[in-house]
Amino acid sequence: MPSFDLEQQTVRELNQALHGAAPDSNDTLWEVANSDGKHAIAAGADAAVEIDIRGHVGYYCAGMNKRASVRIHGNAGTGVAENMMSGVVHVMGDVSQSAGATGHGGLLIVEGDAAARCGISMKGIDIVVKGSIGAMSAFMGQAGNLVVLGDAGDALGDSIYEAKIFVRGRVKSLGADCIEKPMAEDDRARLAELLSRAGIEDARPDGFRMYGSARRLYHFHVDNIASY
Amino acid sequence: MCGIVGLFLKNEKLEPDLGRHLSRMLASMSARGPDSAGIAIYGAGSVERIKLTLRITDASSDGDLATGLEAELGAPVDLVRRSNHVVLGIPGDRQSEALAWLHQHYAGVHLVSAGSRMEIYKEVGRPEQVAGQFKLSEMRGTHGIGHTRMATESAVTTDGAHPFSTGADQCLVHNGSLSNHNAVRRNLKREGLVFETENDSEVAAGYLTWRMRGGDSLREALTSSIDALDGFFTFVVGTRDGFAVLRDPIACKPAVMAESDDYVAFGSEFRALAVLPGIEDARVFEPEPATVYAWERR
Repeated sequence: MPSFDLEQQTVRELNQALHGAAPDSNDTLWEVANSDGKHAIAAGADAAVEIDIRGHVGYYCAGMNKRASVRIHGNAGTGVAENMMSGVVHVMGDVSQSAGATGHGGLLIVEGDAAARCGISMKGIDIVVKGSIGAMSAFMGQAGNLVVLGDAGDALGDSIYEAKIFVRGRVKSLGADCIEKPMAEDDRARLAELLSRAGIEDARPDGFRMYGSARRLYHFHVDNIASY
Repeated sequence: MCGIVGLFLKNEKLEPDLGRHLSRMLASMSARGPDSAGIAIYGAGSVERIKLTLRITDASSDGDLATGLEAELGAPVDLVRRSNHVVLGIPGDRQSEALAWLHQHYAGVHLVSAGSRMEIYKEVGRPEQVAGQFKLSEMRGTHGIGHTRMATESAVTTDGAHPFSTGADQCLVHNGSLSNHNAVRRNLKREGLVFETENDSEVAAGYLTWRMRGGDSLREALTSSIDALDGFFTFVVGTRDGFAVLRDPIACKPAVMAESDDYVAFGSEFRALAVLPGIEDARVFEPEPATVYAWERR
Protein backbone atom coordinates (compact mmCIF):
# COMPACT_ATOMS: atom_id res chain seq x y z
CA MET A 1 0.00 0.00 0.00
CA PRO A 2 1.62 3.30 -1.06
CA SER A 3 1.81 5.59 1.91
CA PHE A 4 2.96 9.22 2.01
CA ASP A 5 3.81 11.35 5.01
CA LEU A 6 3.70 14.98 3.88
CA GLU A 7 5.86 16.02 6.80
CA GLN A 8 8.69 13.96 5.28
CA GLN A 9 7.76 14.04 1.58
CA THR A 10 6.55 16.79 -0.73
CA VAL A 11 3.13 17.09 -2.36
CA ARG A 12 4.95 16.96 -5.68
CA GLU A 13 6.43 13.54 -4.83
CA LEU A 14 2.98 12.24 -3.92
CA ASN A 15 1.35 13.61 -7.06
CA GLN A 16 4.10 12.35 -9.37
CA ALA A 17 3.77 8.87 -7.86
CA LEU A 18 0.01 9.02 -8.36
CA HIS A 19 0.37 10.16 -11.96
CA GLY A 20 2.86 7.37 -12.61
CA ALA A 21 0.69 4.61 -11.11
CA ALA A 22 0.57 1.65 -13.49
CA PRO A 23 -2.94 0.83 -14.75
CA ASP A 24 -2.70 -2.83 -13.68
CA SER A 25 -1.06 -2.17 -10.31
CA ASN A 26 -2.35 -3.95 -7.23
CA ASP A 27 -1.58 -0.83 -5.18
CA THR A 28 -5.13 0.45 -5.17
CA LEU A 29 -5.21 1.84 -1.64
CA TRP A 30 -3.17 5.01 -1.02
CA GLU A 31 -2.70 6.64 2.35
CA VAL A 32 -1.64 10.28 2.93
CA ALA A 33 -0.69 11.52 6.42
CA ASN A 34 0.08 15.02 7.79
CA SER A 35 -1.76 16.90 5.06
CA ASP A 36 -1.74 20.03 7.33
CA GLY A 37 -3.58 22.25 4.87
CA LYS A 38 -1.10 21.82 2.05
CA HIS A 39 -2.27 22.72 -1.45
CA ALA A 40 -2.99 20.58 -4.52
CA ILE A 41 -2.86 17.23 -2.68
CA ALA A 42 -3.78 14.37 -5.05
CA ALA A 43 -4.48 16.79 -7.90
CA GLY A 44 -4.65 15.30 -11.36
CA ALA A 45 -5.05 11.64 -10.36
CA ASP A 46 -6.08 9.42 -13.26
CA ALA A 47 -6.30 5.88 -11.92
CA ALA A 48 -8.93 3.65 -10.33
CA VAL A 49 -7.41 3.91 -6.86
CA GLU A 50 -8.67 4.84 -3.42
CA ILE A 51 -6.87 7.64 -1.59
CA ASP A 52 -7.33 8.34 2.13
CA ILE A 53 -6.07 11.74 3.25
CA ARG A 54 -5.77 11.98 7.04
CA GLY A 55 -6.27 15.60 8.03
CA HIS A 56 -7.29 19.00 6.67
CA VAL A 57 -6.26 19.96 3.13
CA GLY A 58 -5.56 23.31 1.44
CA TYR A 59 -6.50 24.54 -2.02
CA TYR A 60 -7.51 22.43 -5.05
CA CYS A 61 -7.33 19.04 -3.37
CA ALA A 62 -8.26 16.27 -5.85
CA GLY A 63 -8.54 18.87 -8.59
CA MET A 64 -9.07 17.44 -12.10
CA ASN A 65 -9.71 14.04 -10.53
CA LYS A 66 -10.36 11.18 -12.96
CA ARG A 67 -11.55 7.76 -11.74
CA ALA A 68 -9.94 7.95 -8.29
CA SER A 69 -11.96 7.74 -5.10
CA VAL A 70 -10.58 10.31 -2.66
CA ARG A 71 -11.60 10.50 1.01
CA ILE A 72 -10.55 13.61 2.95
CA HIS A 73 -10.74 13.02 6.71
CA GLY A 74 -10.93 16.70 7.61
CA ASN A 75 -11.88 20.06 6.07
CA ALA A 76 -10.92 21.20 2.56
CA GLY A 77 -9.82 24.65 1.41
CA THR A 78 -10.77 26.54 -1.75
CA GLY A 79 -11.64 24.57 -4.91
CA VAL A 80 -11.76 20.99 -3.68
CA ALA A 81 -12.42 18.64 -6.65
CA GLU A 82 -12.37 21.60 -9.03
CA ASN A 83 -12.71 20.50 -12.65
CA MET A 84 -13.27 16.87 -11.59
CA MET A 85 -13.89 14.58 -14.59
CA SER A 86 -15.00 11.36 -12.89
CA GLY A 87 -14.57 9.38 -9.69
CA VAL A 88 -15.66 10.33 -6.16
CA VAL A 89 -14.34 12.92 -3.72
CA HIS A 90 -15.73 12.54 -0.20
CA VAL A 91 -15.00 15.23 2.40
CA MET A 92 -15.76 14.32 6.02
CA GLY A 93 -15.65 17.94 7.27
CA ASP A 94 -16.53 21.34 5.77
CA VAL A 95 -15.32 22.77 2.46
CA SER A 96 -14.31 26.31 1.63
CA GLN A 97 -15.44 28.28 -1.40
CA SER A 98 -15.74 27.09 -5.01
CA ALA A 99 -16.04 23.40 -4.15
CA GLY A 100 -16.47 21.33 -7.31
CA ALA A 101 -16.01 24.41 -9.50
CA THR A 102 -16.27 23.73 -13.27
CA GLY A 103 -16.51 19.95 -12.60
CA HIS A 104 -17.38 17.88 -15.67
CA GLY A 105 -18.33 14.62 -13.96
CA GLY A 106 -17.98 12.43 -10.92
CA LEU A 107 -19.49 12.86 -7.47
CA LEU A 108 -18.44 15.24 -4.69
CA ILE A 109 -19.89 14.44 -1.26
CA VAL A 110 -19.52 16.91 1.62
CA GLU A 111 -20.51 15.73 5.09
CA GLY A 112 -20.41 19.26 6.55
CA ASP A 113 -21.09 22.71 5.10
CA ALA A 114 -19.81 24.33 1.90
CA ALA A 115 -18.88 28.03 1.75
CA ALA A 116 -19.67 30.45 -1.09
CA ARG A 117 -19.76 29.59 -4.79
CA CYS A 118 -20.19 25.84 -4.37
CA GLY A 119 -20.49 24.27 -7.84
CA ILE A 120 -19.72 27.51 -9.65
CA SER A 121 -19.81 26.90 -13.41
CA MET A 122 -20.46 23.18 -12.89
CA LYS A 123 -20.47 21.29 -16.17
CA GLY A 124 -21.80 17.84 -15.30
CA ILE A 125 -20.48 17.07 -11.83
CA ASP A 126 -22.89 15.88 -9.12
CA ILE A 127 -22.46 17.49 -5.71
CA VAL A 128 -24.18 16.39 -2.50
CA VAL A 129 -23.75 18.66 0.53
CA LYS A 130 -25.20 17.28 3.77
CA GLY A 131 -24.97 20.64 5.54
CA SER A 132 -25.63 24.10 4.09
CA ILE A 133 -24.08 26.03 1.19
CA GLY A 134 -22.96 29.67 0.95
CA ALA A 135 -23.89 32.51 -1.40
CA MET A 136 -23.64 32.44 -5.21
CA SER A 137 -23.65 28.65 -5.42
CA ALA A 138 -24.11 26.97 -8.83
CA PHE A 139 -23.40 30.35 -10.47
CA MET A 140 -23.60 29.81 -14.27
CA GLY A 141 -23.99 26.07 -13.69
CA GLN A 142 -24.26 24.36 -17.08
CA ALA A 143 -24.94 20.71 -16.28
CA GLY A 144 -25.03 18.32 -13.34
CA ASN A 145 -26.87 18.28 -10.02
CA LEU A 146 -26.28 20.14 -6.77
CA VAL A 147 -28.10 18.52 -3.83
CA VAL A 148 -28.23 20.34 -0.49
CA LEU A 149 -29.74 18.89 2.66
CA GLY A 150 -29.41 22.11 4.64
CA ASP A 151 -29.95 25.73 3.57
CA ALA A 152 -28.67 27.76 0.63
CA GLY A 153 -27.26 31.32 0.82
CA ASP A 154 -28.01 34.37 -1.31
CA ALA A 155 -28.26 34.43 -5.12
CA LEU A 156 -28.57 30.68 -5.57
CA GLY A 157 -28.15 29.60 -9.19
CA ASP A 158 -27.43 33.06 -10.55
CA SER A 159 -27.32 33.04 -14.39
CA ILE A 160 -27.75 29.27 -14.34
CA TYR A 161 -27.93 27.21 -17.54
CA GLU A 162 -29.04 23.56 -17.35
CA ALA A 163 -27.63 22.43 -14.00
CA LYS A 164 -30.30 21.41 -11.47
CA ILE A 165 -30.34 22.35 -7.80
CA PHE A 166 -32.22 20.42 -5.10
CA VAL A 167 -32.52 22.05 -1.67
CA ARG A 168 -34.22 20.53 1.37
CA GLY A 169 -33.82 23.55 3.66
CA ARG A 170 -34.38 27.25 3.20
CA VAL A 171 -33.12 29.26 0.21
CA LYS A 172 -32.11 32.78 1.23
CA SER A 173 -32.59 34.19 -2.27
CA LEU A 174 -32.48 33.10 -5.90
CA GLY A 175 -30.07 34.70 -8.38
CA ALA A 176 -30.95 36.18 -11.77
CA ASP A 177 -32.89 33.81 -14.04
CA CYS A 178 -33.07 31.01 -11.44
CA ILE A 179 -36.57 29.76 -10.60
CA GLU A 180 -38.21 26.93 -8.74
CA LYS A 181 -39.35 24.20 -11.09
CA PRO A 182 -41.73 21.27 -10.67
CA MET A 183 -39.91 17.97 -10.18
CA ALA A 184 -40.60 15.42 -12.92
CA GLU A 185 -40.32 11.67 -12.43
CA ASP A 186 -36.79 11.51 -13.87
CA ASP A 187 -35.66 14.39 -11.59
CA ARG A 188 -37.00 12.47 -8.60
CA ALA A 189 -35.24 9.30 -9.71
CA ARG A 190 -31.93 11.13 -10.24
CA LEU A 191 -32.19 12.76 -6.82
CA ALA A 192 -33.01 9.44 -5.13
CA GLU A 193 -30.01 7.81 -6.78
CA LEU A 194 -27.65 10.61 -5.70
CA LEU A 195 -28.96 10.49 -2.12
CA SER A 196 -28.39 6.77 -2.02
CA ARG A 197 -24.87 7.05 -3.50
CA ALA A 198 -24.07 9.64 -0.82
CA GLY A 199 -25.20 7.18 1.84
CA ILE A 200 -28.29 9.14 2.87
CA GLU A 201 -31.17 6.92 3.81
CA ASP A 202 -33.47 9.22 5.75
CA ALA A 203 -34.16 11.84 3.05
CA ARG A 204 -37.06 11.46 0.62
CA PRO A 205 -36.94 13.25 -2.76
CA ASP A 206 -40.34 14.78 -1.95
CA GLY A 207 -38.75 16.74 0.89
CA PHE A 208 -36.69 18.77 -1.63
CA ARG A 209 -37.50 21.67 -3.93
CA MET A 210 -35.88 21.89 -7.34
CA TYR A 211 -34.44 25.00 -8.96
CA GLY A 212 -33.20 25.60 -12.48
CA SER A 213 -33.02 28.12 -15.31
CA ALA A 214 -35.93 30.25 -16.49
CA ARG A 215 -33.97 30.40 -19.78
CA ARG A 216 -34.54 34.12 -20.21
CA LEU A 217 -30.88 35.13 -20.23
CA TYR A 218 -29.32 32.56 -22.58
CA HIS A 219 -29.04 35.10 -25.37
CA PHE A 220 -28.51 38.79 -24.89
CA HIS A 221 -31.69 40.78 -25.28
CA VAL A 222 -31.73 44.47 -24.52
CA ASP A 223 -35.01 44.17 -22.61
CA ASN A 224 -33.19 42.00 -20.04
CA ILE A 225 -30.33 44.44 -19.50
CA ALA A 226 -31.25 45.01 -15.87
CA SER A 227 -30.86 41.30 -15.06
CA TYR A 228 -27.25 40.96 -16.14
CA MET B 1 -2.71 38.35 -2.13
CA CYS B 2 -1.40 39.05 1.42
CA GLY B 3 -1.51 36.72 4.38
CA ILE B 4 -2.95 37.30 7.82
CA VAL B 5 -2.39 35.45 11.06
CA GLY B 6 -3.85 36.17 14.47
CA LEU B 7 -3.80 34.50 17.84
CA PHE B 8 -5.92 35.44 20.84
CA LEU B 9 -5.15 33.39 23.94
CA LYS B 10 -7.80 32.26 26.39
CA ASN B 11 -5.42 30.16 28.48
CA GLU B 12 -2.77 32.29 30.21
CA LYS B 13 -0.39 29.33 30.37
CA LEU B 14 0.25 29.87 26.65
CA GLU B 15 1.23 33.55 27.08
CA PRO B 16 5.01 32.95 27.25
CA ASP B 17 4.78 31.21 23.86
CA LEU B 18 2.61 33.75 22.00
CA GLY B 19 5.53 35.11 19.95
CA ARG B 20 6.85 31.65 19.14
CA HIS B 21 3.48 30.53 17.76
CA LEU B 22 2.87 33.77 15.86
CA SER B 23 6.33 33.62 14.36
CA ARG B 24 5.71 30.13 12.93
CA MET B 25 2.26 31.15 11.69
CA LEU B 26 3.73 34.22 9.98
CA ALA B 27 6.46 32.22 8.24
CA SER B 28 3.86 29.78 6.89
CA MET B 29 2.14 32.68 5.11
CA SER B 30 5.32 33.91 3.45
CA ALA B 31 4.27 32.80 -0.03
CA ARG B 32 1.13 34.95 0.23
CA GLY B 33 3.09 38.10 1.02
CA PRO B 34 6.84 38.11 0.46
CA ASP B 35 7.21 41.94 0.22
CA SER B 36 7.02 42.95 3.85
CA ALA B 37 5.66 41.86 7.19
CA GLY B 38 4.49 43.27 10.48
CA ILE B 39 3.34 42.17 13.89
CA ALA B 40 1.27 43.74 16.65
CA ILE B 41 1.82 42.19 20.06
CA TYR B 42 -0.27 42.85 23.15
CA GLY B 43 2.10 42.25 26.05
CA ALA B 44 2.55 43.50 29.58
CA GLY B 45 1.53 47.04 30.47
CA SER B 46 -0.32 49.23 32.91
CA VAL B 47 -2.84 52.01 32.47
CA GLU B 48 -0.47 54.56 34.09
CA ARG B 49 2.19 54.04 31.44
CA ILE B 50 2.15 54.26 27.67
CA LYS B 51 4.46 52.44 25.29
CA LEU B 52 5.61 54.31 22.20
CA THR B 53 6.99 52.06 19.49
CA LEU B 54 9.31 54.16 17.33
CA ARG B 55 11.45 53.53 14.32
CA ILE B 56 14.92 54.95 15.02
CA THR B 57 17.63 53.35 12.92
CA ASP B 58 20.66 54.73 14.74
CA ALA B 59 21.18 52.77 17.96
CA SER B 60 24.28 54.70 19.07
CA SER B 61 22.33 57.48 20.78
CA ASP B 62 19.81 55.29 22.68
CA GLY B 63 21.47 56.12 26.03
CA ASP B 64 21.36 59.86 25.39
CA LEU B 65 17.79 59.59 24.22
CA ALA B 66 16.58 57.92 27.40
CA THR B 67 18.44 60.34 29.70
CA GLY B 68 17.41 63.37 27.64
CA LEU B 69 13.75 62.37 27.62
CA GLU B 70 13.82 61.60 31.35
CA ALA B 71 15.16 65.10 32.00
CA GLU B 72 12.51 66.63 29.73
CA LEU B 73 9.61 64.74 31.35
CA GLY B 74 11.05 64.67 34.87
CA ALA B 75 9.96 61.01 35.05
CA PRO B 76 11.54 57.61 34.46
CA VAL B 77 11.69 56.34 30.87
CA ASP B 78 12.27 52.69 29.86
CA LEU B 79 13.89 51.94 26.55
CA VAL B 80 13.98 48.57 24.80
CA ARG B 81 15.58 48.29 21.37
CA ARG B 82 14.62 45.60 18.87
CA SER B 83 16.55 46.03 15.63
CA ASN B 84 15.59 49.40 14.15
CA HIS B 85 12.56 49.81 16.46
CA VAL B 86 12.61 51.20 19.98
CA VAL B 87 9.89 50.84 22.61
CA LEU B 88 9.79 53.74 25.08
CA GLY B 89 7.79 53.43 28.28
CA ILE B 90 6.67 56.81 29.62
CA PRO B 91 3.95 58.13 31.95
CA GLY B 92 0.56 57.70 30.28
CA ASP B 93 -0.35 61.41 30.12
CA ARG B 94 2.94 62.67 28.63
CA GLN B 95 2.75 61.33 25.06
CA SER B 96 2.49 64.62 23.17
CA GLU B 97 5.34 66.25 25.13
CA ALA B 98 7.55 63.23 24.58
CA LEU B 99 6.84 63.14 20.85
CA ALA B 100 7.46 66.87 20.45
CA TRP B 101 10.84 66.53 22.19
CA LEU B 102 11.76 63.46 20.12
CA HIS B 103 10.93 65.11 16.80
CA GLN B 104 12.95 68.17 17.81
CA HIS B 105 16.07 66.21 18.80
CA TYR B 106 16.01 63.16 16.56
CA ALA B 107 15.49 63.72 12.85
CA GLY B 108 13.86 60.77 11.12
CA VAL B 109 12.18 59.34 14.21
CA HIS B 110 8.91 57.71 13.24
CA LEU B 111 6.05 56.76 15.56
CA VAL B 112 4.81 53.26 14.68
CA SER B 113 2.30 52.79 17.48
CA ALA B 114 1.23 53.91 20.92
CA GLY B 115 -0.64 52.05 23.60
CA SER B 116 -0.57 50.74 27.11
CA ARG B 117 0.00 47.15 25.95
CA MET B 118 0.44 47.12 22.16
CA GLU B 119 3.77 47.17 20.32
CA ILE B 120 4.00 47.11 16.50
CA TYR B 121 7.02 46.03 14.48
CA LYS B 122 7.07 46.15 10.69
CA GLU B 123 9.62 46.10 7.95
CA VAL B 124 10.14 45.26 4.29
CA GLY B 125 11.60 41.83 3.57
CA ARG B 126 10.53 38.23 3.74
CA PRO B 127 8.27 37.50 6.72
CA GLU B 128 10.56 34.92 8.35
CA GLN B 129 13.42 37.43 8.09
CA VAL B 130 11.32 40.22 9.62
CA ALA B 131 10.20 37.94 12.48
CA GLY B 132 13.82 36.99 13.13
CA GLN B 133 15.02 40.59 12.98
CA PHE B 134 12.66 41.64 15.79
CA LYS B 135 13.03 38.32 17.72
CA LEU B 136 9.28 37.82 17.56
CA SER B 137 9.60 34.26 18.88
CA GLU B 138 10.80 35.62 22.25
CA MET B 139 7.82 37.92 22.79
CA ARG B 140 5.07 37.08 25.24
CA GLY B 141 1.57 38.43 25.49
CA THR B 142 -2.16 37.77 25.39
CA HIS B 143 -2.87 38.32 21.71
CA GLY B 144 -1.15 39.30 18.52
CA ILE B 145 -1.75 39.88 14.84
CA GLY B 146 0.65 39.46 11.94
CA HIS B 147 0.55 40.31 8.26
CA THR B 148 2.54 39.33 5.20
CA ARG B 149 2.13 41.80 2.39
CA MET B 150 1.99 41.55 -1.38
CA ALA B 151 1.51 45.19 -2.28
CA THR B 152 -1.17 46.15 -4.82
CA GLU B 153 -2.51 49.60 -3.90
CA SER B 154 0.64 51.42 -2.79
CA ALA B 155 4.41 51.07 -2.71
CA VAL B 156 6.46 48.45 -0.87
CA THR B 157 7.72 50.57 2.01
CA THR B 158 7.98 50.12 5.75
CA ASP B 159 5.15 52.63 6.19
CA GLY B 160 2.99 50.67 3.78
CA ALA B 161 3.47 47.46 5.78
CA HIS B 162 0.70 46.35 8.10
CA PRO B 163 -0.51 46.46 10.88
CA PHE B 164 -1.84 50.01 10.78
CA SER B 165 -2.53 51.81 14.01
CA THR B 166 -4.60 54.97 14.17
CA GLY B 167 -5.47 54.95 17.87
CA ALA B 168 -3.96 53.87 21.18
CA ASP B 169 -3.77 50.07 21.45
CA GLN B 170 -5.73 49.72 18.18
CA CYS B 171 -4.45 47.97 15.11
CA LEU B 172 -5.80 46.56 11.89
CA VAL B 173 -4.48 44.27 9.19
CA HIS B 174 -6.17 43.90 5.83
CA ASN B 175 -6.15 41.49 2.93
CA GLY B 176 -7.90 42.98 -0.06
CA SER B 177 -8.36 46.41 -1.57
CA LEU B 178 -10.80 49.21 -0.85
CA SER B 179 -12.29 51.25 -3.68
CA ASN B 180 -13.71 54.21 -1.76
CA HIS B 181 -10.74 54.91 0.50
CA ASN B 182 -10.04 58.39 -0.90
CA ALA B 183 -13.56 59.62 -0.14
CA VAL B 184 -13.58 58.03 3.33
CA ARG B 185 -10.11 59.48 4.08
CA ARG B 186 -11.31 62.99 3.12
CA ASN B 187 -14.29 62.69 5.47
CA LEU B 188 -12.18 61.33 8.31
CA LYS B 189 -9.63 64.13 7.89
CA ARG B 190 -12.47 66.59 8.39
CA GLU B 191 -13.21 64.73 11.63
CA GLY B 192 -9.63 65.39 12.73
CA LEU B 193 -7.95 62.07 11.96
CA VAL B 194 -4.39 62.16 10.71
CA PHE B 195 -3.17 59.76 8.01
CA GLU B 196 0.47 59.05 7.29
CA THR B 197 0.16 57.15 4.02
CA GLU B 198 -1.99 56.92 0.91
CA ASN B 199 -2.73 53.33 1.85
CA ASP B 200 -6.32 52.06 1.70
CA SER B 201 -5.90 49.86 4.78
CA GLU B 202 -4.88 52.80 6.96
CA VAL B 203 -8.26 54.35 6.09
CA ALA B 204 -10.06 51.25 7.38
CA ALA B 205 -8.08 51.50 10.63
CA GLY B 206 -8.91 55.22 10.86
CA TYR B 207 -12.59 54.58 10.26
CA LEU B 208 -12.75 52.11 13.17
CA THR B 209 -10.81 54.48 15.44
CA TRP B 210 -13.27 57.25 14.59
CA ARG B 211 -16.29 55.05 15.33
CA MET B 212 -14.86 53.79 18.61
CA ARG B 213 -13.94 57.34 19.62
CA GLY B 214 -17.64 58.14 19.14
CA GLY B 215 -18.58 55.42 21.62
CA ASP B 216 -18.95 52.33 19.43
CA SER B 217 -17.72 48.99 20.70
CA LEU B 218 -15.29 47.15 18.42
CA ARG B 219 -18.18 44.97 17.26
CA GLU B 220 -20.40 47.99 16.51
CA ALA B 221 -17.61 49.81 14.68
CA LEU B 222 -16.95 46.81 12.45
CA THR B 223 -20.65 46.30 11.78
CA SER B 224 -20.98 49.86 10.52
CA SER B 225 -17.88 49.45 8.33
CA ILE B 226 -19.71 46.83 6.22
CA ASP B 227 -21.74 49.67 4.67
CA ALA B 228 -19.15 52.43 4.91
CA LEU B 229 -16.23 50.65 3.25
CA ASP B 230 -16.50 49.44 -0.34
CA GLY B 231 -14.23 46.81 -1.75
CA PHE B 232 -12.66 43.49 -0.93
CA PHE B 233 -11.52 42.86 2.57
CA THR B 234 -10.74 40.47 5.30
CA PHE B 235 -9.91 42.52 8.39
CA VAL B 236 -8.38 41.30 11.63
CA VAL B 237 -8.47 43.96 14.33
CA GLY B 238 -6.88 44.17 17.76
CA THR B 239 -7.67 46.42 20.71
CA ARG B 240 -6.18 46.39 24.21
CA ASP B 241 -8.50 43.59 25.29
CA GLY B 242 -10.24 42.60 22.08
CA PHE B 243 -9.73 40.66 18.86
CA ALA B 244 -12.12 40.70 15.89
CA VAL B 245 -12.53 39.46 12.33
CA LEU B 246 -14.69 40.70 9.46
CA ARG B 247 -14.97 39.65 5.80
CA ASP B 248 -16.69 41.58 3.01
CA PRO B 249 -20.21 40.52 1.91
CA ILE B 250 -19.00 38.33 -0.95
CA ALA B 251 -16.06 36.92 1.03
CA CYS B 252 -13.52 37.57 -1.68
CA LYS B 253 -10.49 37.01 0.50
CA PRO B 254 -9.72 33.76 2.26
CA ALA B 255 -10.09 33.17 5.98
CA VAL B 256 -10.10 30.20 8.28
CA MET B 257 -10.41 30.18 12.05
CA ALA B 258 -9.91 27.77 14.90
CA GLU B 259 -11.30 28.00 18.40
CA SER B 260 -10.56 25.84 21.42
CA ASP B 261 -10.60 26.32 25.20
CA ASP B 262 -7.04 27.64 24.88
CA TYR B 263 -7.23 30.10 22.00
CA VAL B 264 -8.92 31.70 19.01
CA ALA B 265 -6.71 31.66 15.91
CA PHE B 266 -7.00 33.19 12.47
CA GLY B 267 -5.17 32.30 9.27
CA SER B 268 -5.55 33.20 5.61
CA GLU B 269 -5.06 29.49 5.01
CA PHE B 270 -5.27 26.44 7.24
CA ARG B 271 -1.50 25.97 6.85
CA ALA B 272 -1.04 28.88 9.28
CA LEU B 273 -3.14 27.12 11.93
CA ALA B 274 -1.62 23.67 11.43
CA VAL B 275 1.43 24.71 13.50
CA LEU B 276 -0.64 25.39 16.65
CA PRO B 277 -0.69 23.04 19.65
CA GLY B 278 -3.95 21.13 20.01
CA ILE B 279 -5.21 22.14 16.57
CA GLU B 280 -6.48 18.56 16.01
CA ASP B 281 -9.10 19.14 18.68
CA ALA B 282 -9.97 22.78 17.93
CA ARG B 283 -13.16 23.71 16.10
CA VAL B 284 -12.01 24.80 12.64
CA PHE B 285 -14.43 26.94 10.64
CA GLU B 286 -14.64 29.51 7.88
CA PRO B 287 -16.00 32.88 9.03
CA GLU B 288 -19.20 33.87 7.21
CA PRO B 289 -19.29 36.88 4.88
CA ALA B 290 -20.38 40.24 6.37
CA THR B 291 -20.43 38.78 9.88
CA VAL B 292 -18.48 40.29 12.76
CA TYR B 293 -16.63 37.84 15.00
CA ALA B 294 -15.32 39.43 18.19
CA TRP B 295 -13.70 38.21 21.39
CA GLU B 296 -12.94 40.14 24.55
CA ARG B 297 -10.55 39.30 27.40
CA ARG B 298 -12.37 38.79 30.67
